[in-house]
Formats: sequence, structure tokens, C-alpha cells
Amino acid sequence: MSDVTQLIHDYLRHNKKFPHVFCAGCGHGIVLGSLIRSVHALGLSKDDVALVAGIGCSGRIAAYVDFNTVHTTHGRALTFATGIKMANPQLKVITVMGDGDAFSIGGNHLIHAARKNIGVTVLVLNNFIYGMTGGQCSSTTPLGAVSQTSPYGQLEKSFDIVKLTSAAGANGVSRGTVFHVNTLDRLIREAIMRPGFNLVEILTPCHTQYGRKNKFKSAVDMYKWLRSNAIPVEKYEKLKPEEREERIPIGTFVQNDAPGLEELYAQVRTAQCAKERKQ
Amino acid sequence: MANAPKRKRTEIFALGNEAVVEGALFAGCSFYAGYPITPSSEVMEIMAARLPRTENGVFIQMEDEIASMGAVIGGSLAGRKAMTATSGPGFSLMQENLGYACMAEVPLVIVNVMRGGPSTGLPTSPAQGDVQQARWGTHGDHPIIVLSAADVPECLEMTITAFNFAEKYRTPVILLLDEITAHTREKITLPHEKDYEIFNRLVPSMPPEWYKPFEETVRGVPPMPPIGSGYRFHVTGLTHDDMGFPTQRPDEVKAIIERLHRKIDQFFYDIQLTQEYDTDDAEIVVIAYGSVARSAQLAVSQARAAGVKAGLLKLKTLFPFPKAPVVTLARKARAIIVPEMNMGQISREVKRVNNGLTRVRTLNRIDGQIITPSQILKAIQQV
Ligand SMILES: Cc1ncc(C[n+]2csc(CCOP(=O)(O)OP(=O)(O)O)c2C)c(N)n1
Ligand code: SF4
Repeated sequence: MSDVTQLIHDYLRHNKKFPHVFCAGCGHGIVLGSLIRSVHALGLSKDDVALVAGIGCSGRIAAYVDFNTVHTTHGRALTFATGIKMANPQLKVITVMGDGDAFSIGGNHLIHAARKNIGVTVLVLNNFIYGMTGGQCSSTTPLGAVSQTSPYGQLEKSFDIVKLTSAAGANGVSRGTVFHVNTLDRLIREAIMRPGFNLVEILTPCHTQYGRKNKFKSAVDMYKWLRSNAIPVEKYEKLKPEEREERIPIGTFVQNDAPGLEELYAQVRTAQCAKERKQ
Repeated sequence: MANAPKRKRTEIFALGNEAVVEGALFAGCSFYAGYPITPSSEVMEIMAARLPRTENGVFIQMEDEIASMGAVIGGSLAGRKAMTATSGPGFSLMQENLGYACMAEVPLVIVNVMRGGPSTGLPTSPAQGDVQQARWGTHGDHPIIVLSAADVPECLEMTITAFNFAEKYRTPVILLLDEITAHTREKITLPHEKDYEIFNRLVPSMPPEWYKPFEETVRGVPPMPPIGSGYRFHVTGLTHDDMGFPTQRPDEVKAIIERLHRKIDQFFYDIQLTQEYDTDDAEIVVIAYGSVARSAQLAVSQARAAGVKAGLLKLKTLFPFPKAPVVTLARKARAIIVPEMNMGQISREVKRVNNGLTRVRTLNRIDGQIITPSQILKAIQQV
């Protein structure tokens, strides 16, 4: 059996009704693969991982993989994840959310979870659009891009996920793409192992709802676009401002090792319980 | 006096909100997530102080009530007895996730100390305006358990009951209090181990590969393991099959919704808690809940002293609506009076089950003031 087949047998749910819901060419499946490889490479058991997903195409990932999986309400995955992590800090809690999920409806939870530095790994599958509901614009849709709700071009500026999350206080912030899979595997592994709140923004194509309306003739064109525009942040920083246009830096932007909220809380509790016993 | 042992005493002078905390901790609550709002905030403040002093206690203040409900669901899925407390506006924000908890069968307790409404309304005045919101606030067809308490000792008792029902029936339970009960100080006796039976959720004992998280069982309540214990399964708010995977197959859809209803319906006798005072020969029956029931109790005894055969049915469970005792009394009584601090949210239920048996009179107050015994007495004398 090839390694890939072996991994599929080990991690995908045998009793789940396949085929999956993703369109041909969708990047979400690549993220799922990368997540499984990362967990496997880290030697974690399937019981160690709680995978918490939001609502959207990205949220459906949770149903296929044999972890403890929770498919929550739209935008609220991080609140469920916070509860799980506080209740059982031993678990590696990973959330999977779309850009709409994480930064539109769930934006408030995201900045607060980052500020609190709760020990959760966050994968944001940024496809610049609402996939599941049929291609309405998102808070990451680029200026001028056409969508079902910006038929004459998006007029609103989009969030820079990396900058926003860094400013909110996350321990770890990085960006990868589904084209640069080896880098992505590494970024996810590092995010899972670092303490506190860690977010990986993952650029992933949605040809069905975004690509074909916005100058990409095929899904392959979107992968080519990722290949030619994404560059390591170290190289990006050496570019002159005019060379940076259209270029997307990928890699690690923030890495701290401050203890997560659950650890700080446990310390306070241990101290208080000790006092209690003395009384 | 200065050195009197603080922790040994079993009687304390407590706020209703404080009694809620005592009840919750006694019932085994070890997880609280919330967002402050008058008149419920003391529950949260006391939890913030108490939980870190217990072995596994978790307290977290979230950014809003939507987040609080999400965290409480997460805490419960991870195996904790979990709760939150709020008031009207916060309760509204919790509704989507409350529906999730119904659908995914997540045990938890929500305390709603009602304030006047709609909207931010009257933050510090008593009202009972959230009765129907508690029943129907979230979307779709689902059963729900809603309890109330009339005084401070009952705040303690009904909080324990709320946790017991949540765990026994794998469902969210709402405890509706009003501002008077929550902010009254009365003597309560802290319970001893044997005073109340405490229920814990059923956990599976079969090998993990045999476990079906949403399986049909005799009681209709499938066992529920904590996340991370070796039973890996999928939890979703989507309509799901017995393994928890989304389904749109009509037979599977019907089966799960029916089971959700049946697991509560089957146990009406266990869930519908009421108390009767002087009802044996009552010609006029007052039906009340919350602090209004206290006014009603005094009014009924005053009426008796004046020679009127009055009685009181106090509702401790509001939903599923305690139909049987209401119907029994309606058959015998000349009239029923339903006083409440809203425009008639429980009287609707009374009229529904009364269905022409006797006369139902409502007595409503929505000006942020309490319903006094003399008001109720007057109504008794008028019918
Ligand atoms: C409260 C609420 N509002 C709206 C929706 C409808 N809805 C479902 S998925 C979605 C957007 C999905 O987009 P995104 O999060 O970017 O994920 P993608 O499908 O692109 O992976 C919306 C608006 C919902 N399920 N719940
Ligand atoms: S609509 Fe877009 S995001 Fe959803 S499965 Fe299809 S390609 Fe993927």
C-alpha cells in the first residue's frame, strides 16, 4: 500500500457516506490532506485532536476525518473550541473556517480569541468568497472583484488576515497556499505545536464561485496564479515597493511562545486550591 | 465572633443569584462561560470567584452571549456540567446556539433572570416577559425544558433540578427567574450530600466501534462520552443520522426529530413539577410562577380567612406545560386566575389546556412593578 493510501485508510471515516461535497479543483481537499499529514507527522493520536469547524464548504471538512469532530454554527467555531480547550487543555484543538466564517460573521470571536491567546490552532481557508451559499462577496474579496453581491465590482476594502490577527495579539500567525503544499504542511505543524493562539491563513481556490467570474478560465489558472504570485516573506521583504504589487508573502509572520490562556488559568486555579486546602 | 468558622455553617443568608451558584456547584457544575448583564451578573461574579477554588473548575468571560453559549456547548461536549446566566437581550443572542444544543443533544443550563422588555427595556425592574421566548426563541420544532423558582431556597433547588434534567435527558434546560427572586436575600440551607439525588449523563460502555452517538434507545436518550475519551464521533447542528452525519433522507429526518420530542414527552411525569396549596376544595384557583407565586400564596390565605375557597397552583416547570394538574383543577373550579408580569404568556397555555372547562381570568402587570397580594386578593374577590 502506498503511504498516501495508508494515510487515507487511517484517518478518513470509513462509515461516512462518500463522495465528498467539494467541487473538482477545490482547494479544500488539499488542506484536509495537509492537516492529516501534519497530525500524522507530529505523532498525535486521533483521540488527541478535536477538530472544530464552522459553516461553509470549509466547515464540511470535519465530517470526513476520524477525529473528534464538531461542526458548529456559522462563525462560532472558535467559541466552541474555546470551551473545549478550557475544559480539556490536553486536547489539540484545531478549527477550520472559511474567510466569511472567520472574519465576517465570526470576526469578533476571532480577534478576542487571538487577544486571549487561547491555545487553539486556527486554519482559515481563504477563497475570497462565500462558496457554500453561492458566491456572495466576503470581507476578503479583493477590490473590484465580481461576486453575486458585488455584480459591478467590490467597493469595500478587504481585511489583511495576517495583519489583523497579528495586531490582535496571536502567538503565531502565518500564511500558506494549497499550491505550496510542503510549506503548508510545515506551517500547520508549527501552528499545532506552538502554545497559545495560532492562525494559518491558507489561500485556496474556489473556481466555481470566484475564479470563473474573475479572469480565471479554469481551476488550473488559479493554481498557476498562486504559484507565480506567492513568495516567501523573507524574499518579499527585500523587494522594492513597486515590485511588491500583486505579490503575496507567505511563511511565518509572528512566532511567540507565551503560555496559552488555559495554562495561565490552570496556574491560578492550582494556587487558589492550595490556599483553600490550607484554610 | 471574628474567628467564627466561616465554612462550617450550613445556613447562609443569600441572594437568589447566589443560591443559583450554590445549587450549580452542588449539582456538579464545573464550567461557566458568560457575559455580564443586569440582573443576572452576580451569578457570574460569584462563579468567577468560586470556580478557580475547585479542583477542575473553569470560568471564562466571553466577548458576548453568542460566544458564551458556544463555549458552554464546547465545555459540555468535553464532559463538563456547564452553565451560563444572562438576561433578556443576552438570552436573545443565545438562541441560535440554543437550537444547536437541542439538535446536537448537548446538556447544559441557561439561567435567564428576566428584566422588563422589549429590547434593553427595564434593566433593574421585575418582569416575566421571556416565557414564550424560552419556549420558542430558537428556530424549528424542538422540545425544551423551562423551569422557574419563586424564592431563594427554590433558586437553589431548581438549579439542581435543571442540571439533573439536562444530564438525564441530554438537553439544554432553561431556568427563568425574575429580578425580585434573583435580588432577594433569604436564609438558605446549603444541601448535604444526601439531600438531593444527582444525575450524571450516561456514558457509553460498549467498544468505541459499536457506539452510535444518536442512536434510538428505550429511553430515547443515547449515551454521551466526553470528547477525547476514545469515542470519536461527529457532532453537527445539521439534521443527522444516528452516527451524527448530515442526512436529508425523509425517514432519517423524521426519526431524529421524533426522538427529540419523545425523549421529553415520555417523561412528562418526571419533568412537570408543580406545587398545590389549598386546592382540595378550591373554587377559585390562582396559577402563578416566580415571585408572583409568593404574592399569590398570601392572597390565597387571606381569601381563605375571608371565607372564599381559593387555592394556588404554583408552576415550577413552565415547559413542557404541566397540563395534567391544570386540567384537573379546571374541572373542579369556578374560575382560574393567572397573574403574571407580562401581557399573558402563561395564561395562553392555561387557556389552551383549559379549552372551555372553566373561566380563565388574567391579571397582568407590565409597568416594572410587582404584583401585590392585595391585587390578587381583589381579583379573587371579584370573580
Ligand atoms: C447565521 C447564519 N447566517 C448565514 C448562514 C448562511 N451561510 C452558510 S455558509 C456561508 C458563507 C460561507 O462562506 P465561507 O465562510 O467563506 O466558507 P466557504 O463556503 O467559502 O468555504 C453563509 C453566509 C448561516 N448558515 N448561518
Ligand atoms: S463552491 Fe468553491 S469552496 Fe465550495 S466546494 Fe466548490 S470550489 Fe470549493
